[in-house]
Amino acid sequence: MEHYLLRHRDVANIHKLDVYRANGGFDALKKAVTSMQPQQIIDEVKTSGLRGRGGAGFPTGVKWSFLPNNSWPHYVVCNADESEPGTFKDREIMEKNPFQFLEGVALACYAVGANEGYIYLRGEFFGIRNFLDECIAEMEAAGLLGDKLFGTNYSLRLKTHLGAGAYICGEETALLESIEGKRGQPRVRPPFPAVVGLYGKPTVINNVETLANLPLIVDKGAVWYRTMGTEKSPGVKVFSLSGNVVRPGNYELPLGTTFRELIFTHGGGIPDGRKVKGIMPAGASSSIIRVDDTTFDTVMDTPMDYENVQNVGSLLGSASVIIIDDSHDMDWVINKTVHFFKHESCGKCTPCRDGNYWMYHIVDRIHEGHGSQKDLALLMSVANQVNGKCLCALGDFSTMAVTSALERFPEDFNKKVKA
Amino acid sequence: MSLTEKYNEEVKAILAKYPNKRSAVMPLLYLAQREGGFVTKESMAEIGAMLGMETTEVAAIVGFYSLYHDEQAGKYRMQVCADLPCALRGADKFLETLCSNLGVKVGETTSDGMITVESVMCLAGCDRAPMFQVQDGDVVTYHENMTIDKTMELVEALRAAGKEVK
Repeated sequence: MEHYLLRHRDVANIHKLDVYRANGGFDALKKAVTSMQPQQIIDEVKTSGLRGRGGAGFPTGVKWSFLPNNSWPHYVVCNADESEPGTFKDREIMEKNPFQFLEGVALACYAVGANEGYIYLRGEFFGIRNFLDECIAEMEAAGLLGDKLFGTNYSLRLKTHLGAGAYICGEETALLESIEGKRGQPRVRPPFPAVVGLYGKPTVINNVETLANLPLIVDKGAVWYRTMGTEKSPGVKVFSLSGNVVRPGNYELPLGTTFRELIFTHGGGIPDGRKVKGIMPAGASSSIIRVDDTTFDTVMDTPMDYENVQNVGSLLGSASVIIIDDSHDMDWVINKTVHFFKHESCGKCTPCRDGNYWMYHIVDRIHEGHGSQKDLALLMSVANQVNGKCLCALGDFSTMAVTSALERFPEDFNKKVKA
Repeated sequence: MSLTEKYNEEVKAILAKYPNKRSAVMPLLYLAQREGGFVTKESMAEIGAMLGMETTEVAAIVGFYSLYHDEQAGKYRMQVCADLPCALRGADKFLETLCSNLGVKVGETTSDGMITVESVMCLAGCDRAPMFQVQDGDVVTYHENMTIDKTMELVEALRAAGKEVK
């Protein structure tokens, strides 16, 4: 199948501006700025059904339409903080197909009337930041950014901002705090960033992959876009496949592709004759899907879109599909995830900060073989006291693997603990 | 030497970049960390004065983000990802062997002061585990699909490069 987001896999050197332009690059931006009203872009994106690829799956065009027209300036902020364990798709788009991504940022800016866009990258993406700065400079030199774009009165500047290692900055209000020079801790909502965002101004925050879809939609139209994917989850998605598979990596596929096709056709199946035991379709934040002889076919035939993954007890999220084979026990798996969330909790909300501290110590005790049956109940109780009780979703995320592992893989825990 | 004396042009460019002064704090902290690999108390005070922040507010930023450091470590911080996706592909064993080859525990620095081994959270390189990044001042470099042999070659190269700088 042709790649629309990972276009570098079909077109050599598309990371070079002249090659990108020779292959239709920036036609969409020129068309938009010279012949379309911002509202037309918003309507086209709404019609396309594009949903946010960062994990929440919220309709992009609808998100844009929340910005009030009586408060200016407007800002567009790209969330390039990609930090969910199991996710590595935005990175490939920015490294290999940077101009399609940047054209998408520019289109989003035009659509919401922003003259300034920020790209917030996780600090570890130091090299990508430098590369994007070069790309932005090339665009400025070529008249694709700056004042009076394509002879119109529209002007646009893009800036990168480098984070410094904090998962929480992928949460959109924490990200804004970080750009403003503060600790990356979530804000109380409302007000939402669409009304009070960066520097107190109306702000749209979109994920890298979401933005990379925009040139396609503006260029080829919403009707074409909807020919891919499903009715409620249209378009293509980059699935990051990791863990116990023969060929881990990014796979660009239509939304609604089954687990079977991703894991076995593309990923080459499970190495060493092992079986799939669990799937975390949304990275470390997932509820773990149990796969055994009775559930295997049901899970494998499930289409991976925003609706159907819920039917097997999890969420699609950012489609960071972690495969766990039957050589691993779930007390080890959640020891890893809870360790992650304990480290990444920003500390603002007590249930998340203290809850993760305690979950980590209980899980560690169980994993080391010093736990009791009482600890299993205690762990569930702590998780339930974190879930739904924090300002942002990190607290909830931290409990997903824990509660699903306890409920769906009780044998792994029962054999570890004393009566 | 102060940051403005040492990096005058870069400091000016950073301050001019944002509509709000305080937004400059993160890029300035990277600058402060460039040479010694950690942010000194003096630099925190200087950045605070530049941006109208208390020194403790600057220190709070340093403490919050994992890529800023307030203490000296080895010249190179070798930061191995041992999160779930990498661990499913052998990252724990990789980290353990690396530490034993270097004669250190996680968090410790080799006796020549060159390499500090750290275990860090997901680096978005899950499909290329084992993997790690090397932090050298304000520069971060990725090393992916690594073996112990390849890593030990890199260690020797870093040691040689580090000596030249000294």
